[in-house]
Amino acid sequence: MKLGIQINEGPYTHEASVSALNYIKAALAAGHEIFRVFFYHDGVNNGTRYASPPQDDVNIVNTWSKLAKEHKIDLVVCVAAAQRRGIVDEGEQKRNGKDGNNIAEGFRISGLGQLIEAAIQCDRLVVFGD
Amino acid sequence: MSTLHTVNKSPFEKNSLETCVRLASKGNAVLMYEDGVYGALKNTAVANLVKGAMSNLQFYVLGPDLKARGLDAAKVLDGIKVVNYNDFVKLSVENDKVQAWL
Repeated sequence: MKLGIQINEGPYTHEASVSALNYIKAALAAGHEIFRVFFYHDGVNNGTRYASPPQDDVNIVNTWSKLAKEHKIDLVVCVAAAQRRGIVDEGEQKRNGKDGNNIAEGFRISGLGQLIEAAIQCDRLVVFGD
Repeated sequence: MSTLHTVNKSPFEKNSLETCVRLASKGNAVLMYEDGVYGALKNTAVANLVKGAMSNLQFYVLGPDLKARGLDAAKVLDGIKVVNYNDFVKLSVENDKVQAWL
């Protein structure tokens, strides 16, 4: 089955990212397809490579990047939510005249249309977060 | 048409469990996870709400999230099924829709 995931919460706020990661791992193991993970609201904070948690803590950003690489999962960060919170890729850096970018490997910045498309294309849309 | 409802906040923090139970249709499934697992315990202020809804709804609670909070499965209300992440995936596939009460 084709599954879409929406995440509304930052990586170290409560548990949304960890719950979603566990859910996705179980879904992949059961042979389902993860069509897309859409990061909305504070969820966009999952996509900054500047996150450096203590070494004995789970690095949630890296876990996403690794999972995306291994299973070719499309990780999409909402552009409007990202602009508000300073999540920037090369394109946004140029467009907004910023001095750098911080998007993590495997993530891309795009619009709400990507969430709508996921809702249409997927058999289920599962939402995690606040 | 069946729906899986997910509740991830404690009923002592938010009223999402109460709203979910009030609005879910007969035959639907409700999964309590994250801090939502507190809604599945015996002898709490919401235990009667959950027990009263059991004739209409099937309740589930995520075992790993109980364990993460030091809660024993023996403390869970009779009639609530303790499940794992594989079951969470199964439930979302078996039902037609997944409704998150955030």
